[in-house]
Amino acid sequence: MVLVENVSITYKSINEKTQVINNLSLKIEKGETLVILGPSGCGKSTLINALAKTKTIESGRIDYIQDGDRKALSSKVHKIGIIPQNCGLLPWKTVMENYLLPLKIRHEEINNETNKRIEEICKSLDIIPLLHRYPRELSGGQVQRAAIARAFILEPDLLLMDEPFSSLDEITREEAQSLFLKIWENYKPTTILVTHSIDEALYLGSRILVMGTNMGNIKYQIKNPYFGKLFPDEVEYLSIKRTLRDKLKPDVKNKVI
Amino acid sequence: MRKLIKQWEIFIQGFLLINAIWLISSIILNINVVPNPIDVYKNLNNLFTNDVFLHVFYSLKRIAIGLILSLLIGVPIGIGMAYSKVANRILFPLIYFSYPIPKTALLPIAMVLFGMRDGSKILIMFLIIVFQVIISVRDSVNNIDSTVYQVIKSVGANKLQILWNVTLPAILPQLLTSIRVSLGTAVAILFFVEGYGTKFGMGYYIIDAWSRINYIDMYIGIILISIVGFLLFNLIDFISEKMCRWSNK
Repeated sequence: MVLVENVSITYKSINEKTQVINNLSLKIEKGETLVILGPSGCGKSTLINALAKTKTIESGRIDYIQDGDRKALSSKVHKIGIIPQNCGLLPWKTVMENYLLPLKIRHEEINNETNKRIEEICKSLDIIPLLHRYPRELSGGQVQRAAIARAFILEPDLLLMDEPFSSLDEITREEAQSLFLKIWENYKPTTILVTHSIDEALYLGSRILVMGTNMGNIKYQIKNPYFGKLFPDEVEYLSIKRTLRDKLKPDVKNKVI
Repeated sequence: MRKLIKQWEIFIQGFLLINAIWLISSIILNINVVPNPIDVYKNLNNLFTNDVFLHVFYSLKRIAIGLILSLLIGVPIGIGMAYSKVANRILFPLIYFSYPIPKTALLPIAMVLFGMRDGSKILIMFLIIVFQVIISVRDSVNNIDSTVYQVIKSVGANKLQILWNVTLPAILPQLLTSIRVSLGTAVAILFFVEGYGTKFGMGYYIIDAWSRINYIDMYIGIILISIVGFLLFNLIDFISEKMCRWSNK
């Protein structure tokens, strides 16, 4: 379980300080897929950066609890996998080298079991023929699948996804989403996915949270009964979708009557 | 490899074209300063009698030391400027001001400070290459996609691992391009820096033949320096093909 407690994050430049998140608290259960929806600039990507340990938090705590043992979330101790918006594959390494690098950095032994895991994940994502290619030799969809595989090969304790499917066309996106879900079912890592898309949130999130524009405030959250179901033809589905859309509208600060 | 073959094709085409123009000019002008290229090629065996490889060796040694010093100093400065706003704020005006200064204009100062021998020659080579290196390294580090850092930092990479796995590979293609451009200038500058305080170097070979009014030898020297320049170009392209396959495809 990941516990975010009273976290505040500020961006500092020479002339000014901008607080993006103020006093945010969250609990992400083990094996849960939490989708964070929110308008641009609401702080959702900043939260992903803080969880990925690429952005320092100003105050508060982010802890990882496993078997009752609570420790501060750390990229040295915990396995944090990330699929950023444009996938973050190192262009100067082949797909396979991209897979091995996180393991090498973590000083993990690359044994038969690792190779078997890589093969299994690559097979299920249909990227075996791409393993010795460089990222620029891949199509957008292939890059996406390669990035998904890299994250799962690490067997992450926490998987972070920052609008990973946003740059894909509709058909490729749907294909990548269902492949993601298929592989996620096998490993079930605790996952946080940030997106703009309500459809994507309803398809991939077991819980959906809407962030407001006011320094990372949580406006709304819902347990998603339609997790893993693509475009169910049900009235309630449409009603949830409508609610999420309403919640995503910008906050009206001064309402004039 | 196809790129290299293409370059050789272009080289041979250019070589034949220049020689044709040269031949026609020598026939039309009919003066000693423009000898018939056939006479020059007939005397190519002078290359072996005049210790020409020693001249090539000395020139390449000066360029190589200048290049190595430029890389040793320029790469860390470029990386420092990209990663540190303070370093960039302090160093960028200095680089911006110094970059366009013709380095040959500094030759008298280099001579006074480092003497007439190799010191001043290497300093000029260094000054020609180092600014290109600094600018290309800084720019290529600045162009690294931030998500690459996100991925590598999230798996716990330390600064040295980031430098080795991200920064250095990312700067390589642009660095090699800037080295290639700088080497062209460095070869051209040999003519100035080997005109004093030495009896070896391709620049010296040309100037010496010129002063002896031995135009055949002078032209042999010019052909030699051109071939060495082209081979250096080719060497950098070869290294680039081997080490930056990911950016060449």
